[in-house]
Amino acid sequence: MLSKSIQQTCRLAPLLTKCRGYATGAPSLSGIQQGVAHSKLLKRAPEDALRSPELAHLSATHSETKKMNLFQAVNDAMSIALTTDDTAVVFGEDVSFGGVFRATSGLAEQFGKDRVFNTPLTEQGIAGFAIGMASVGHTAIAEIQFADYIYPAFDQLVNEAAKFRYRSGNLFNVGGMTIRAPCSAVGHGGHYHSQSPEGFFAHVPGLKVVTPRSPIQAKGLLLASIRDRNPVVFFEPKCLYRAAVEEVPVGDFELPLGKAEILKKGTDVTVLGYGAQIYTLENAIQLAEREMPGLSCELIDLRSILPWDIETVVESVKKTGRLVIAHEAPKTAGVGAEIASTVMEHCFLNLEAPIQRVCGWDTPFPLAFEKFYMPSMIRCFDAIKNAVNY
Amino acid sequence: MDGILYEAQRQGRISFYMTHYGEEAMMATAAAVQPEDVVFGQYREAFMLVYRGFTIDEMVNQCFSTDLDYGKGRQMPIHYGSKKLNFQTISSPLGTQIPQAAGAAYALKLSGQQACTLCFFGEGAASEGDFHAGLNMAATLGCPTIFFCRNNGFAISTPSSEQYKGDGIASRGVGYGIDTIRVDGNDVWAVYNATKAARRIAVEENKPVLIEAMTYRIGHHSTSDDSTKYRDRKEVEERAQFDNPITRLRRYLENKNLWDQEKEDSWRKDVRKEVLTSFAAAEKRKKPSLQHLFTDVYDEIPANLREQQRELERLIKQYPEYYSTEEFASS
Repeated sequence: MLSKSIQQTCRLAPLLTKCRGYATGAPSLSGIQQGVAHSKLLKRAPEDALRSPELAHLSATHSETKKMNLFQAVNDAMSIALTTDDTAVVFGEDVSFGGVFRATSGLAEQFGKDRVFNTPLTEQGIAGFAIGMASVGHTAIAEIQFADYIYPAFDQLVNEAAKFRYRSGNLFNVGGMTIRAPCSAVGHGGHYHSQSPEGFFAHVPGLKVVTPRSPIQAKGLLLASIRDRNPVVFFEPKCLYRAAVEEVPVGDFELPLGKAEILKKGTDVTVLGYGAQIYTLENAIQLAEREMPGLSCELIDLRSILPWDIETVVESVKKTGRLVIAHEAPKTAGVGAEIASTVMEHCFLNLEAPIQRVCGWDTPFPLAFEKFYMPSMIRCFDAIKNAVNY
Repeated sequence: MDGILYEAQRQGRISFYMTHYGEEAMMATAAAVQPEDVVFGQYREAFMLVYRGFTIDEMVNQCFSTDLDYGKGRQMPIHYGSKKLNFQTISSPLGTQIPQAAGAAYALKLSGQQACTLCFFGEGAASEGDFHAGLNMAATLGCPTIFFCRNNGFAISTPSSEQYKGDGIASRGVGYGIDTIRVDGNDVWAVYNATKAARRIAVEENKPVLIEAMTYRIGHHSTSDDSTKYRDRKEVEERAQFDNPITRLRRYLENKNLWDQEKEDSWRKDVRKEVLTSFAAAEKRKKPSLQHLFTDVYDEIPANLREQQRELERLIKQYPEYYSTEEFASS
């Protein structure tokens, strides 16, 4: 429970001047240094990179780190996958020259044109091809150029990849396939370069859906996805490709799928997100804790959207009694709805306030109105405030 | 077997069936490829399994969803699969197997195996986007795949005149830069020769081949279909009588003194007996264990599914009169 004093001091304090999108990283609002560039969550020192218990095992053997942005970390993960697995291949539209986001730079030169290659421009073909390779035991790492263009492959992913093991009684499986796709807002992507379609895939038993928030996470989660024995859809927040930079361990490491990560411990309200939204939530928490002295928010990065880590989230909400969920995708039937209803089932007696969902509006993703569409720092702050003041 | 299982469906003993009537000559494709070649079928390719040694027992257990079904009772009848016979499990969505066959062929090529994939589909499925995707990918990426189209004139009720305006499916192969041939699909030797040559091209030259076999679907589309609603019964009877692949092969064998009425009668009797024996045994078997409702969704059962499994177990205990589990095998 929050103390009375916290609730009373809660107010929307002097909001400042200019407010710009997080991709530009402008320090502007209420003195909060917004944006990825200022995030305290990124590991900027080598010793920080290895501090996480999930990576503790690395420090003994491969403690070396290298400064990488997110696309470089993705590239590094694929390079390791291609090195350690002779059957692994990387393909998609324009991956051969390095990819439109540079994620496959240098791979064709290093591993040969047979293992890193362009396909014709056909998403259903790319997904079907990956399924075919994986069905005979190979490792297929396929790229869909933008998550917005994954829908032509929806049938292959939902009816084929997801059901391959189940329908054959485990005679066959496509565990060796991973589909990577750049996702989410980028400041000016309009309808078809901004979407977050994870909710569609979260409804598909048999698939795993993963999204990283940072270079270390991208490398560890992508390697785990490639090696996981189930088909994985891996969404990479494209606004982080260059913006998120941290010291990434150079060794071969994996981060667990299906496990959320508590980024900041807190006692009064659980704040949950994934992908680039984490940085908006980090800022919203900074604002909330400053505006409501004594308030303590717990920040959770879901990381895996399917299957998702019910246990970590439920445990957190049982402690805090309040939950704010934020994602860029539209609200209705979004991932937030699933989390909210599950938490309600498990934490009914612990909840002190209605679960807050801060999402994209139920509209197509708009170009000129992006700032007003986004579940921004202010909207997330407002939701934290509502949860706390209820 | 088609005859008996078709009748079994009519009697409500299995839920669904699809026959191969009129398309039996496709059996020759099985003889023209090698056991290491991976087969991706549509659903009317049981001949491939029969040729490779899948037993009548194995088929019947799949159709009856018994505890011996490799698919653990999860898919509709005739959705066969066999790992040991390199026959990928059939799925209902049409055309999806076409780009998959290209991908699997690419993997075979990379691993240096002298093998190809053989991908079957009907002329209706060739209208799906996956047909375009699969053939174009196979051509551009040099995949050793034999694309085998069974053009039997109908996709359920839709005649091929409403399916395409061009010169069948074969004419499209050239547009993709694929070596293509059209064969008499009721002539086992034509089907055999074309497939054998296609395999050589695929495996030696690492490129796809398209074969269009012209035939006629004599049976109904499936047990859920009455084809007399959309086509003349007389036309079907004529096709069955005057251009029947089995009759044609039989005449050939009789001319060579390799077959006669006596052999025919005794073979029919043996197969009938074998099918009926399998049939009777399958009807007595239990369904797969109920745990298999939840296994194999993933390699390991995730926590949310475990919880749902426990919930079902509770419901079964609480409402035994509603949830009878007698006909299911214990785990």
